[in-house]
Amino acid sequence: MAITFQGRVVAPGEVKAEALVSHGGFNTLASFQMALMFGDKQVKCGDQNNPDLYKKPMLGKALCLPETIGSTTGGMVLYTACALGKQPACMLFSKPIDSLAASGAILAANWTDSNMPVIDKLGEEFLSYVKDGMTVTVGADGIVTVE
Amino acid sequence: MNLTKEQQSLLDGSKGETMAKVVKTLVMYGEAFDAERMVPVAEGFGHTVISFGIGVMTPVYDLYEKLLSAGAVSGQKFTADPRPLDKNVPSSLLKDIVFRVMYSQQERYEEQLRKFGLRGENDYTCACYLPQVGNVPKRGDILSWAESSAVVYANSVLGARCNRNSGIIELMGSIAGFVPEFGLLTDDGRKADYVVEVKTSKKPEAQLLGSAVGMKVLEKVPYIKGLDQWIGAELNESATAYLKDFGAATASNGSVGLYHIEALTPEAKDFGDSLIRPDAQVYVIDDTELERVKNSYPCIWKDMDAKPKLCFMGCPHMTLGQLAEWTDKVAAALQQNGHRKVVIPTVFTSAPAVIEEFKKTERYQKLMDCGVVLSYICPLMYMNNPLAKKMPVITSSNKLRTYTSARFYSDDEILKFITGGAN
Repeated sequence: MAITFQGRVVAPGEVKAEALVSHGGFNTLASFQMALMFGDKQVKCGDQNNPDLYKKPMLGKALCLPETIGSTTGGMVLYTACALGKQPACMLFSKPIDSLAASGAILAANWTDSNMPVIDKLGEEFLSYVKDGMTVTVGADGIVTVE
Repeated sequence: MNLTKEQQSLLDGSKGETMAKVVKTLVMYGEAFDAERMVPVAEGFGHTVISFGIGVMTPVYDLYEKLLSAGAVSGQKFTADPRPLDKNVPSSLLKDIVFRVMYSQQERYEEQLRKFGLRGENDYTCACYLPQVGNVPKRGDILSWAESSAVVYANSVLGARCNRNSGIIELMGSIAGFVPEFGLLTDDGRKADYVVEVKTSKKPEAQLLGSAVGMKVLEKVPYIKGLDQWIGAELNESATAYLKDFGAATASNGSVGLYHIEALTPEAKDFGDSLIRPDAQVYVIDDTELERVKNSYPCIWKDMDAKPKLCFMGCPHMTLGQLAEWTDKVAAALQQNGHRKVVIPTVFTSAPAVIEEFKKTERYQKLMDCGVVLSYICPLMYMNNPLAKKMPVITSSNKLRTYTSARFYSDDEILKFITGGAN
């Protein structure tokens, strides 16, 4: 069954991808640093504090999360991931986006050629419903369909 | 977003395409948070979180090259996070080779920092707000800083106003000279969403208490009650050092950008409970809760019983008072345990300016006699080396634990380990 959720567009774009879900805050630096530094082709999550994502590939996935946490290098790391083509297919936030994730998304949208739609304010129901492996479709209007 | 004529003109390209893009980035950043206007950054100094020329971050240095080529330099001088390398820190031939490859962009990047407006060659520290470093904003100052531990300190202890900006964005704010007004720059954004009641039977360890708070409140603003009984009602050297470590843990284990401490931090002193939102949630922290939090930390050592091979203290960088206190503690414990030098290679890290001051004191030789290495390095950058990652490294820094394979122990446990009291 397909269910739709309405969010707000932070970085525009349309995409269809497999869901990867973090129920806890997503630590951008801890998640990306090892994968980026050592050229992990699948960009596996390196954050040992995140049991939902640790060691799971993030490249090309619809990353579903409440918010990001941690170091203020977060936006820069996200920007770098996008510039290197190592980013998730999209980032879908249940909560209003935080300043670090917003920075990364906006830097990537303005200063790289990457396409990583970012939608926030999808609500707690979104994060309760979506599970790893489900198919997620992001529309240009901020509508996210999960099936 | 309502821009002034001058800001609009920049956005329209009066100072070139690159500057227009910088302003567009800041405008989009503000619009994501419904900011209505830009506000000027205060006179004084900026602070950037990016201090490392790491090979994989080449896109960042390429972007900075683009900014410099267009003459988009910082309107204010700034300090930067710690350098990643120091030959005094224990290493190996193999590790050094990996470090050279990893930080292949270091010279290029430091040259870029000079061109952008780095304040001085030794201005590399995460604790730029320490008096010896001298990047100390005044209450109410609007900042364009990044470095989570410095931002939370500036907001909470100094009463300055700064959002948790990302690296790159903070430099763009310093280049433009203004930042979007939202979040922690507003009175409403500085109100507390949580009341944290500290009900421990002894002074809680700063790094552990901060971790518990960060994990619970994430990005919310906590108002801490009951802590002043342990750290006093005066922002002296001891209290501010405690709050430095506490704040760093709240910011790295969660994403706290501001906290209030009842009867201690400036806004809590002035406004008291009126800072607390009516619907604020309550989180009680007692001995059991701290124990639960400490036991929840994962450890990714392959051999959980491995003997530690390295200890890092000072993430964030230690204060002058902490260096003195730890020197005395280590020396006394070594004597008690019948050792002359630390039994595990140990590195204390601090700001270059603090180290210079410390060297003028007699405790410096005392610390050297204990065999402790004193460095300006960023331990996190050291631990990024995959060969370091495989080592059993211990720390009492919750920030270092969060981002690396370093294992967390309390200060007392660390002291026992490094002085041979844990054998």
